[in-house]
Amino acid sequence: MDESGIGFWGVPLAIFAGAIRVSTPFIFVSLGETITERSGRINLGLEGTLVFGAMSAYAVTVLTSSPWLGVLAAMATGAVFGLVHGWICKFPKVNDIAIGIAMMQFGLGLAFFLGKPFIQPAAPKLPSILLGGWSGIPQVQAALNINVLFFIGASLAVFLFWAFKNTRIGLTLRVVGDSTDAARAMGLSPDTVRLLATAVGSSLAAVGGAYLSLYYPGSWNEGISSGQGLMAVALVIFARWNPIGCFLAALLFGGAGALGPALQSVGVTQGYYLFYAAPYVLTLIILIITSSPTRSLAGAPGVLSLTK
Amino acid sequence: MTKLLSMNRRNFLQTSAAGALAGMMPGLAGSPVSAQTALTIGFIYVGPKDDYGYNQAHAEGAAVIKAMPGITLVEEENVPETVDVQKTMESMINLDGAALLFPTSFGYFDPHMLAMAAKYPDVEFRHCGGLWQEGKHPANTGSYFGYIHQGQYLNGIAAGYASKSKKIGFVAAKPIPQVLQNINAFLLGARSVDPAITCQVIFTGEWSLAVKEAEATNALIDQGSDVITCHVDGPKVVVETAAGRGAFVCGYHANQSALAKDKYLTGAEWAWGNVYTNFIKAAQSGGKLGNFVRGGLKDGFVKMSPLGPAVSAEARKKFEATLAEATAGKLSVFKGPLKDNKGNVVITADKAYAEDAIDLESMAYLVEGVVGSTS
Repeated sequence: MDESGIGFWGVPLAIFAGAIRVSTPFIFVSLGETITERSGRINLGLEGTLVFGAMSAYAVTVLTSSPWLGVLAAMATGAVFGLVHGWICKFPKVNDIAIGIAMMQFGLGLAFFLGKPFIQPAAPKLPSILLGGWSGIPQVQAALNINVLFFIGASLAVFLFWAFKNTRIGLTLRVVGDSTDAARAMGLSPDTVRLLATAVGSSLAAVGGAYLSLYYPGSWNEGISSGQGLMAVALVIFARWNPIGCFLAALLFGGAGALGPALQSVGVTQGYYLFYAAPYVLTLIILIITSSPTRSLAGAPGVLSLTK
Repeated sequence: MTKLLSMNRRNFLQTSAAGALAGMMPGLAGSPVSAQTALTIGFIYVGPKDDYGYNQAHAEGAAVIKAMPGITLVEEENVPETVDVQKTMESMINLDGAALLFPTSFGYFDPHMLAMAAKYPDVEFRHCGGLWQEGKHPANTGSYFGYIHQGQYLNGIAAGYASKSKKIGFVAAKPIPQVLQNINAFLLGARSVDPAITCQVIFTGEWSLAVKEAEATNALIDQGSDVITCHVDGPKVVVETAAGRGAFVCGYHANQSALAKDKYLTGAEWAWGNVYTNFIKAAQSGGKLGNFVRGGLKDGFVKMSPLGPAVSAEARKKFEATLAEATAGKLSVFKGPLKDNKGNVVITADKAYAEDAIDLESMAYLVEGVVGSTS
């Protein structure tokens, strides 16, 4: 081993660093989708919201030079997308999954159209916190250079886990998600709750997009998302609608995604296509292990179209 | 009437009116209106045309011919390599009156462009890639492509001087011959400076995967590579990530110096403007377009980005000497004896391939010194 590289230690380090770098969009989108699905609605359009969020965050940052304004802009546009989805879905006989797919295409198309002038300019990036100052190894320092949004996402997961159980809003959300009739009997308006839940969820998904365009990989172009928004929606089911589970699943996906490049970089070069499939193989294995012949999808909100 | 010479109605009226007037008033003969044949040209890109990469290189070429007299340019970007591109071609032919189409992405050729070429025999199609074969494909189609591996060899020379760790890195999309040529040439260029240099390659498996490209760049730098180049459709992410981590960068496809600032050494760029200009001149003069057009540095199909501030005087000297050799057509990057990275002899000592050698187009190996695998 020569002194410039860090050899096979690079693999666990890359998985650790990749888990943190790559997971943040998954965390935000899956937490957002958890809120929406807990209210009994599926928003499949989050891929479009994510990409539109990435575009609007980048555009506003280019125009104002403030990445935090960019994040706020993404949240606002995300909320608008969520409101549109929620509003259309309140009409009878409208299928939320179909609307979600339509909204996804709409979001992508609109983002590509409006984002055209912002592909070339460079925008300032979101700040990160250097936690690796104690280490003399530059690779460790780079791995521990962690973006603020990651910490916000992690705290949000814990907060949501607590809030679903212990707050009135959390309870309201769960009642609406588990039984529309029970919610009506309690005097709640399911449509309003779902509208707001979709708006909040969408707005978080757009923050995931802002992370992509403003931090990692940190540029806006039309290929910025490789399906993170769609995968995160699947993560929610994988995590059984549990916010902490979403956080861990996102880390797992991020880390498994870093495996392929990391192994190639230390000279394990055969079969890299197989390593790239690692996140999906892992998902399948975990789903098989945790599945049960006696019950179906524990934790699923009762009125979700998935479980109908 | 051939589509190539067809004009839209407005131009037809102008030209014929000018012709009629010229008949009456000899003083007007040779006025610019009738000097150039009006020609509508369609460009189709697989991605955004300002991606700092493959598509931008083509769009810059299209912009060159846009300025030529008599040319109307129609462009469409983000066209997938599916039946969508057929619809785009049909709309360019029928609605815009395009008589010459440049579908620039590899996957447009078969079956999409071939189907359209059969349906519209009066329209000319020229595809970027090396797929056209005499006798097998229609005469109104053709291929054009450039040899850019000598550009990557020159990148390698700049990288060889700049690298302190003696490790350089390459982010590659897929292990196809053109990509393998570039990886090998990059290393051979660096080894012409210092034979101890190795090149680590990471394949991402796709032409455009932003997050994976960033991960690959980080992994290369974590393992000590201090000069990075790539062969992906849009090098923006690789260039920005590498420069952000403090590594030097060699560009590819287009000039990315604005993204890496003083970390940018040089870059291998396409010069499609020259290629398209030649096509248009031939079309306007009624000459043959050519079905199989290729060239490299010496033909002006490929150019190098201006050297960055980090390039030493010594590096500049060798770079410029080699560039002159390549421009004169005397450089041979792949010459024996050459082993692949499994120890097999791939080029025997008596052979030296010119940049356009057909044998290079089936390259399926990584040379000794490249750390990586093609599968």
